[in-house]
Amino acid sequence: MKTTDVRDPAYFHKVVDCQWACPAHTNVPEYIRLIAQGKYTDAYMVNRESNVFPAILGRTCDRPCEPACRRGRVDEKDHKPVAICRLKRVAADLRGDISHLLPKIPKQSNGKRIALIGAGPASLTVANDLRPLGYEVTLFEKQDKPGGLMRTNIPSFRLPEQVLSDEVGVILDMGVDIRYNSPVKSLRALLDEGYDGIFVGTGAPRGKDLDIPGRQEAAANIHIGIDWLESVAFDHIHSIGEGVLIIGVGNTAMDCCRTSRRLGGKDIKVMARRPRGYFKASEWELDDAEEEGIQIVINHAPKRFVLENGKLTGMEFERLEWDAEAKKSRVLETIFLPADDVILAIGQENAFPWIERDLGLEFDKWGMPVVDKTTFECTRPGIFFGGDAAWGPKNIIWAVAHGHGAAISIHNHCQGIPVSDRPTQGSNLVSQKMGLSEWSYHNDYNPAPRQRMKHVDLVERFSKLNIEVELGFSAEQTAREVQRCLNCDIQTAFTAKRCIECDACIDICPVQCLTIAKDGPEEEVRQHLSAPAVNGDQALYASAPLPQTGRLMLKDEDVCVHCGLCAERCPTAAWDMQKFDLLIPYAGASCTTSYASQLETSPR
Amino acid sequence: MPSITKPVAAHPSLQRNELGLTIRDYEGSMSTLCAGCGHDSITAAIIRAFWEMSTPPHMIAKLSGIGCSSKTPTYFVGGAHGFNSAHGRMPSIATGAAAANRDLTYIGISGDGDSLSIGIGQMVHAIRRNVRLLYVIENNGVYGLTKGQFSASADVGSKSKRGEPNRMEPIDPVRMALSLGATFIARSFSGDKEQLVPILKAGIAHRGFALVDVISPCVTFNDHEGSTKSYLQTRKHLMQATETDFVPPAREILANISSEGSTSVTMHDGSVVNFRRVPEGYDPTDRSKVTAFLDHHMKTGEVVTGLLYLDESSQDMHELSNSTEVPLAHIPFETLCPGSKVLDEFQEEYR
Repeated sequence: MKTTDVRDPAYFHKVVDCQWACPAHTNVPEYIRLIAQGKYTDAYMVNRESNVFPAILGRTCDRPCEPACRRGRVDEKDHKPVAICRLKRVAADLRGDISHLLPKIPKQSNGKRIALIGAGPASLTVANDLRPLGYEVTLFEKQDKPGGLMRTNIPSFRLPEQVLSDEVGVILDMGVDIRYNSPVKSLRALLDEGYDGIFVGTGAPRGKDLDIPGRQEAAANIHIGIDWLESVAFDHIHSIGEGVLIIGVGNTAMDCCRTSRRLGGKDIKVMARRPRGYFKASEWELDDAEEEGIQIVINHAPKRFVLENGKLTGMEFERLEWDAEAKKSRVLETIFLPADDVILAIGQENAFPWIERDLGLEFDKWGMPVVDKTTFECTRPGIFFGGDAAWGPKNIIWAVAHGHGAAISIHNHCQGIPVSDRPTQGSNLVSQKMGLSEWSYHNDYNPAPRQRMKHVDLVERFSKLNIEVELGFSAEQTAREVQRCLNCDIQTAFTAKRCIECDACIDICPVQCLTIAKDGPEEEVRQHLSAPAVNGDQALYASAPLPQTGRLMLKDEDVCVHCGLCAERCPTAAWDMQKFDLLIPYAGASCTTSYASQLETSPR
Repeated sequence: MPSITKPVAAHPSLQRNELGLTIRDYEGSMSTLCAGCGHDSITAAIIRAFWEMSTPPHMIAKLSGIGCSSKTPTYFVGGAHGFNSAHGRMPSIATGAAAANRDLTYIGISGDGDSLSIGIGQMVHAIRRNVRLLYVIENNGVYGLTKGQFSASADVGSKSKRGEPNRMEPIDPVRMALSLGATFIARSFSGDKEQLVPILKAGIAHRGFALVDVISPCVTFNDHEGSTKSYLQTRKHLMQATETDFVPPAREILANISSEGSTSVTMHDGSVVNFRRVPEGYDPTDRSKVTAFLDHHMKTGEVVTGLLYLDESSQDMHELSNSTEVPLAHIPFETLCPGSKVLDEFQEEYR
């Protein structure tokens, strides 16, 4: 087997499953430890460095980190990951003043002017990264308030307006020239203004329509989900009929049905074509909707809108029966469901009617701009795309990740460096040994089940549209939840030349991760470990040949609980527990440091 | 170590034995021995052996005397019976326990100090009585608990941590047991579980006294250059005389005959010890041949390991003394202790 090179930041990064899964690579274990110590401001800043909007994301993130969480793999009882997202909100809610911790904004401009289109998370991240470098940033927004889809599509009972405004405000206060009510109507015109770089962060603003009989005739009572949510957010719509059908079962559908519930909807049904398990909505959003009395009806395909005297009275659906894999279906019957209003939440797409097609900007056959996956640059140099505008609808955390990447490109572009010249990630590895049997982190974890979020009482929450449903974790819940984290960033680092092959580490490992064995092809080696390494997604650590017998120390990273007992029982310190800190490069900054590595005290 | 805990986590695909127990169910408390101590590896091998044999934890009795080695029963099979006796007195306590209850599986853990100095007389007689007992000597050549003085098993010329050589002849428990008529004699190395685990299992199955001398380096006082019982020296001079498999009863025996010949011995419970490899002319059931073999290799400074001698034909203590098959604890009190009237009548016979 190839000797594992831990100097490659990607190796240990992958062991920190949550951080690896996060598009912005937020240092999750670090901020969870900081919360455990009550250092909420530092925990917030560790978040902010990578994901820019901790308070917003702590409420709305799609949480790619949580399914990846190792705790879910080793937990004996409920196999539930650490409530990473909820803890992010804890850090945000309890943070102190951060103004002195933000990057300093130079008084002098660096002479470069950047235009950002659309004041959503992607553009705001670009502004956040470029303002400290002295770029003059102009942000064009079609609405009269910033935030993009975070404002228009996420209801205020999930994301209070104040929380949104606070975090967006921090970026605008860096000296961003924001122009409200200024939709860009022509890219050519914008280009003529001579900006040094343009970033398109216009999102995916067009909700898909459903072209079935009756659509035109009943238009007054049929709403496009994201447009309807936007109208609610901007106070243009205040009510809906009692009987509401939501078509589609993604997260937008969940926001639509729950908003309907607050605007007068009584009998609300979310209509799904396919069975449960094939829904696009996150599991927790489905739960929250059902808690509010919303019915989710499966296996119903919309057939036509039914009108009486020119007014919508309901819809006809085909009831379907699916095969085992939900690929093929057959129609069982046609049924009628009454409704006063119908909301379509069947997806959204990009739209670029304002980009002239003769600007050297290539579009593919679906009408999407051709954008490079690493540089975010389109085929016309100097124009960059990010967020939903780049490759279709994703989520906020992806928009942030795109923003960071695009900012690097814009910086390169303006400084005459090829945009393909990407700064590489770095890493720090620091021993956590403090003394005999003393480590700077807590090796044992709390076997407690995942803490459940408490919600505002059902009656009370419907009294106003903007009552935040989730109450946040209590102090006790926070204390328990932070202890559930396994500290996967505290890595087991091995020095082969020190090993005397006494087997102490192998004997003590509670999860049979370690083996000393003869070298061989990885596939074979994987089968002959203390416990077979069946999870091929997880790395197998292979040491250099050991001094006494030439065998290899092998470690299956899959279910390591980072308890540190191998290092604790090692007589020669061949094993050590070392904190891994991924150094992520941002625009203009070399990757020699991170917020976490600058903290005064080593976290415990 | 006491400050650091072992998490409850277990490998998700952890296997279960015939009793439905995982290997973690055979663990004991956390070891307080030095990190890297060979004894902890032997503990791990014992845990594996009992788990693989599906021995019910409550049917195991673990006994020990005094010393680093004698602390180790705490670290395996937490659900077993235990007795920590006075220094060197474990063989006698074990003899008594075995006499009272032959249903339990007995394992005695001792060290070179406990067995070859203060307790040598006790051990000798337990061998002579052929008590059914797996007797493990965790042999490191030093008194670790009192900071590294030479023990009775230290080789001539082996150096202390300060550089002082040992001048006295060592006692070799294997050759001594052979001369005493022991019925199961093995030597192994804490750093080789592939060899040690089958030997321990065979020792558990053996009906009689099973001596396993395990070289178990003391990382703190005897793992330096000049020591003959360090990890490095032991690895360098290891000479694996026999290779054995332990095959539980009613399992297919896959004979793997090597060019150097193989032989198998059926145990009383129907299990089989399969010698996969023995040197030419070697017979693990022939005392004089084994003695000659050991004498020869002794001179070259080699550490001969493997299951070296096995005799399933001799009688154990219960057969020799024709004692009760029912554990004393299961005999009704009136039968076990019939009262002074019966005692008086009995004594009357001798008047």
